[in-house]
Amino acid sequence: MAGTVFKYGDSVDTDVILPARYLALYEPADLAAHCLEDLDADFSRRVRPGDILVAGENFGCGSSREHAPIAIKASGIACVVAASFARIFYRNAINIGLPILESPEAAEAVKSGDRLEVEVAKGEIRNLTDGAVYHTGGFPDFIGGIMAAGGLLASIAGKASGRD
Amino acid sequence: MGMTMTRKILAAHSPGGSAEEGGIIDARLDLVLGSDVTTPIALMEMRRYGLDSVFDPDRVVLVMDHFTPNKDIQAARNCARVREFAARHRIRHFYDVGCMGIEHALLPEAGLIAPGDLVIGADSHTCTYGALGAFSTGVGSTDMAYGVVTGKSWFRVPPAIRVELRGALRGHAGGKDVILALIGRIGVDGARYRALEFLGEGVVSLSMDDRFAVCNMAIEAGAKNGIFPVDAVTREYLENRLDREYPAVVGDPDAPYSSTVVVNLSELEPLAAAPPLPSNVRKAGEFAGLPIDQVVIGSCANGRLGDLRVAAGIIRGNKIAKGVRCLIIPATQRIYLDALREGLIEDFIAAGAAVSTPSCGPCNGGHLGVLADRERCVSTTNRNFVGRMGAIDSEIYLAGPAVAAASALAGTLAVPD
Repeated sequence: MAGTVFKYGDSVDTDVILPARYLALYEPADLAAHCLEDLDADFSRRVRPGDILVAGENFGCGSSREHAPIAIKASGIACVVAASFARIFYRNAINIGLPILESPEAAEAVKSGDRLEVEVAKGEIRNLTDGAVYHTGGFPDFIGGIMAAGGLLASIAGKASGRD
Repeated sequence: MGMTMTRKILAAHSPGGSAEEGGIIDARLDLVLGSDVTTPIALMEMRRYGLDSVFDPDRVVLVMDHFTPNKDIQAARNCARVREFAARHRIRHFYDVGCMGIEHALLPEAGLIAPGDLVIGADSHTCTYGALGAFSTGVGSTDMAYGVVTGKSWFRVPPAIRVELRGALRGHAGGKDVILALIGRIGVDGARYRALEFLGEGVVSLSMDDRFAVCNMAIEAGAKNGIFPVDAVTREYLENRLDREYPAVVGDPDAPYSSTVVVNLSELEPLAAAPPLPSNVRKAGEFAGLPIDQVVIGSCANGRLGDLRVAAGIIRGNKIAKGVRCLIIPATQRIYLDALREGLIEDFIAAGAAVSTPSCGPCNGGHLGVLADRERCVSTTNRNFVGRMGAIDSEIYLAGPAVAAASALAGTLAVPD
């Protein structure tokens, strides 16, 4: 599945991804309505399921609020591609099953509005607009296991019901 | 090859007793923390997966501090949800309005953190407890939920940066200036995925409140954790708070560091960080004369008694400038009471400042001092991102309590004499 790129700069922080004035909300659809509002007021209106978010270094820095990756996922974003991720956002995305890929090359070259096709398991990003292909390193087995289980809690929910 | 303080703590909590740098461990947790903002999502996720158990009710801490006393109906419902969970699972350390404080000031004060502990909290400033020689880091709500149920969390063992503190703090420079100096040098991702270990002869000149302010903002350099060694200052702080034995966590002399950054404390002057990033650091004097609308003295970075004493020392006997709202928010009930008994609260109120019950309040634009369009605030909080304290084009200049207090009197960003 291919999606249209929304591209932003370095150090996109969780306060602009999901402003604190909405932190009392927690239903995914409610959060999606305010996703990236302080950076791109039109984002929630323009984004379509399957679209791709591309950004520079240190994406998701700042607060640990899981509201931020939940808002992005509920917006329909299929994958976030960034030059690098802030570590709490990186964990949160993996834990809730929001696909992410770290590719400084793609983050540099891809433009807003490009059509991208992403295969997260293979770590492959194909730019359908200009034909470029990018490969990222895979995830360590432990993290791959969490992703394969469908998120961190899914991994223990399965174990719990399987035993007692 | 020796081991860093960070790696030693992770190894001690790892099933095999070892922690190789770069490897992933499934570590045992000493404490799991959540707030009124992050716990509701953790509980929602637990419900979704049919999980309703707590690994140890004495090792889960729930603090109602962000939107409390509740700012609106939704915030009140969130607290009610957490309150019900805490009662049902007999969570011993549940802190509600009247006995609470901002979590990262409250937990050390309440004696819940010991050197060598491994702590996660669903709040990015959980890294604060490294000031006591603990490994402590912020996570999201799902990690919190996993920790609450299993008592475990996964970590990649990080490489570390050695921050060598030389000389001694003097004048109006404090812990906030130490960490701003570092972030100004290495940037908001200069320590991404890494530990920051604060070492050197200068450590002894930092009070516990200074060290809390330093570790609090380790995350603002992207760090996984910040940590200080345990010394006489730490032991004195813990003496009447902690009722258990703790290891003296000491890094090995030959521990490997990916790099070393030297901060000369003797040369440090009061600093400020201009919006929109904590790394836009200059000497506060370079911003002198910038008109301001609000001053906030509080937060998990600088709302402790030492910070209030610094502010009161400058404000006492003077008047807050006309047109400036000066908000003072003691970080915990205990700090509030101590400040009251010392006469600091009277100093603030007589000067025309507003004093609030403990709360995260305006720091993340929640309530109790949100900014209007184009308003400017000097704040002892820890983030100056776009829209952090209110309107998108409002501005936050981060500084320590001395600069904040002097600015409140001047009506412009100012450095104390």
